[in-house]
Amino acid sequence: MNRYTILIYTENFIGILNRITIIFTRRGINIDALTASESRLEGIHKITMEVSVTEQQMVHLAGQIEKIVDVIKAYYFKDDEVVYQEIALYKVPTESLDPGLEKVIRQFNAHIIAAEKEFVVVEFTGHKQDTQALLEILKPFNLLEFSRSGRVAIAKPKFSVQEYLNNQTYNH
Amino acid sequence: MIRGADIVVKSLIEENAEFIFGYPGGAIMPVYDALYDYSDRIKHVLTRHEQGAIHAAQGYARVSGKVGVVLATSGPGATNLITGLADAQIDSTPLVCITGQVAAHLLGTDAFQETDVVGLSMPGTKWNIQVRRVEDIAPAIAKAFLIARSGRPGPVLVDITKNAQVEFGEYNYVPCLGVRSYRPYVKIDQSAVNAAAALIDAAEKPYVLFGQGVILAQAESELKAFLDKTGIPAASTLLGSGALSEEHPSYVGKLGMHGNYAPNLLTNQCDVLIAVGMRFDDRVTGDLKRYAKQAKVIHLELDPSEINKNVACTVAIQGDCKDSLALLTAAVKENSHESWMDRFRELEKEEKEAVVIHDLHATQGGLHMGEVIHIINKFKEDDAILVTDVGQHQMIAWRYFDYKTSRTQVTSGGLGTMGFALPAALGAQLHDYSKQVICVVGDGGIQMTIQELGTIMQTKAPVKVVLLNNNYLGMVRQWQQLFFDKRYSFTELENPDFIKIAEAYKIQARKVTEREDLEAAVAEMMLHQGPFFLEVVVEKEDNVFPMIATGCSVEEVRLS
Ligand SMILES: Cc1ncc(C[n+]2csc(CCOP(=O)(O)OP(=O)(O)O)c2C)c(N)n1
Ligand SMILES: [Mg+2]
Repeated sequence: MNRYTILIYTENFIGILNRITIIFTRRGINIDALTASESRLEGIHKITMEVSVTEQQMVHLAGQIEKIVDVIKAYYFKDDEVVYQEIALYKVPTESLDPGLEKVIRQFNAHIIAAEKEFVVVEFTGHKQDTQALLEILKPFNLLEFSRSGRVAIAKPKFSVQEYLNNQTYNH
Repeated sequence: MIRGADIVVKSLIEENAEFIFGYPGGAIMPVYDALYDYSDRIKHVLTRHEQGAIHAAQGYARVSGKVGVVLATSGPGATNLITGLADAQIDSTPLVCITGQVAAHLLGTDAFQETDVVGLSMPGTKWNIQVRRVEDIAPAIAKAFLIARSGRPGPVLVDITKNAQVEFGEYNYVPCLGVRSYRPYVKIDQSAVNAAAALIDAAEKPYVLFGQGVILAQAESELKAFLDKTGIPAASTLLGSGALSEEHPSYVGKLGMHGNYAPNLLTNQCDVLIAVGMRFDDRVTGDLKRYAKQAKVIHLELDPSEINKNVACTVAIQGDCKDSLALLTAAVKENSHESWMDRFRELEKEEKEAVVIHDLHATQGGLHMGEVIHIINKFKEDDAILVTDVGQHQMIAWRYFDYKTSRTQVTSGGLGTMGFALPAALGAQLHDYSKQVICVVGDGGIQMTIQELGTIMQTKAPVKVVLLNNNYLGMVRQWQQLFFDKRYSFTELENPDFIKIAEAYKIQARKVTEREDLEAAVAEMMLHQGPFFLEVVVEKEDNVFPMIATGCSVEEVRLS
């Protein structure tokens, strides 16, 4: 098993995410994380997924994803081939604010991005093990809530969806 | 400005749809109303069940090579299509299904006959879409036809809300020439062709397996040319039958669980395996861990997701096999493989003695299914179409029917859908009334869609229905006999008087129980002008051999 980041470029078509996820459901494969947003190219969406599968499964999955009519291209990468980040938000009661907490926030280079009477929200961005480490530390501070995003990722190898789209279609 | 419903019908006419197979209901009534005005330009066939409509469209598509068109209402009308969608999806059959949907403002409210048809049909379609505005109807239909018929064909569904059908909009039909995210064809890599040619030229025991991809690509003559030049033995999958005449000197038989002895066994003795337009289905490969491990594999395949899916190949030639076969034929040396071919012929003799004599040449005891097919062969024309249901009769009919031309084999391969044959035969016949269409069906399967006898009656389609009645769900019973200690759990059927049923539908019918009456009955059927129903009572506990049991290797194919 390897961990893969899959970058999927699609048309902005209702139901496309469903078509992609049922490929995984049918094979009993869990999607560890998923984010979707508009890509750099106007009208083209980028879906980022994180899965743990064998290489053979990954090749098969990518084939099935690319087969979807409204999918433009699917690329997959191992962890060392992508730059990726996850953002985490931590809701901490105001009464827990003490020098100990301040030290932790400084150490992690985390930010307090909102402060209310009852609580503050701490933001920290990094890899899962980093945001997880901060989570473990904040738990004793009566942490109220925690939320972590899926990966956003940029691949190191060069590829261009634009170039792919510019290429002449081969018509039969 | 015209009504959305008229746009639907005009768009179908624009795509040269000749037939619509359908069933009306509330949410599709505006389209039915529009159809009333176009009955001189497009024919609607009213089946007796939506499953019948979609299987009929499949039968039509398979023999004609055109897109089959289906029309159904929302809710239950649409859900009744699901089996056919799944069937067409796995067997790569081009269909455009149009379903009515509740008005857009009611979507998501559990309105009467509202079902999430797009969600339900997603895994069983190549593409689907919901149209909620009149201006989106024509572009959606245009895109649907392109997607259904191009590349690896498949079923497409367009769900149209009722408001879009009754609103008025501009009509200007623009055929869809391409979708930027969809690249069904690729340029063939000449270096892969050269690599494959080198393997083939050096091979001592090369072996070709061909599937329905050859038919879908209309590459029958390219396959023949390749075999003529190389002299390589070639075997067919279930859906590939007909792509090569069985009289061709290279033809050695059929692959798979109930295929022929030599083609299965020798898969594990060849040195280069050339797979053309087939997908290494588990019914063909048996145990993959012991499948053709000794061979270098060359795979000619259009769908990239099929390459290396089940069998890892040495050389993949991605692309339409009409092109790749032509390039490969040009690249290989002329050759012949007499002694290798002799191996096939020797084993064929063994099969003949062990199986064929029993199946075709018995002189006493009950009738065998094979005898019926054997006699049909005597009366059939070269381009007669055989449509089969699913079970023992399917395998026996496939084994013994003489396939001479392409698009003469219609059966549910990948899904194995009982109830497929009767409506599919109707669809196949409607495409061409002048062709012989023979529908071979079991006593179990016919009762799943028997109501389509009504459609045969109404259309007067001269289908020849051959019911092989063993009073059993025979294929399941065979497995119970071989693998479950003969515990015949719920497989025996108490059947109705089929002849009376056929006659109630005003279809001429005849029942045969004795060997001596069989030939005359088949002759009567084949010479009859209109539809005909022939019931043949066959041996109750007969088995289909050869057989590769589940989990076994192709070389463990058994003759008894
Ligand atoms: C819709 C459906 N249900 C169940 C099956 C499982 N099945 C496969 S063959 C078979 C028996 C078919 O019996 P019959 O139609 O009488 O044909 P026979 O095998 O006797 O020739 C069954 C139940 C199936 N293929 N399709
Ligand atoms: Mg039966």
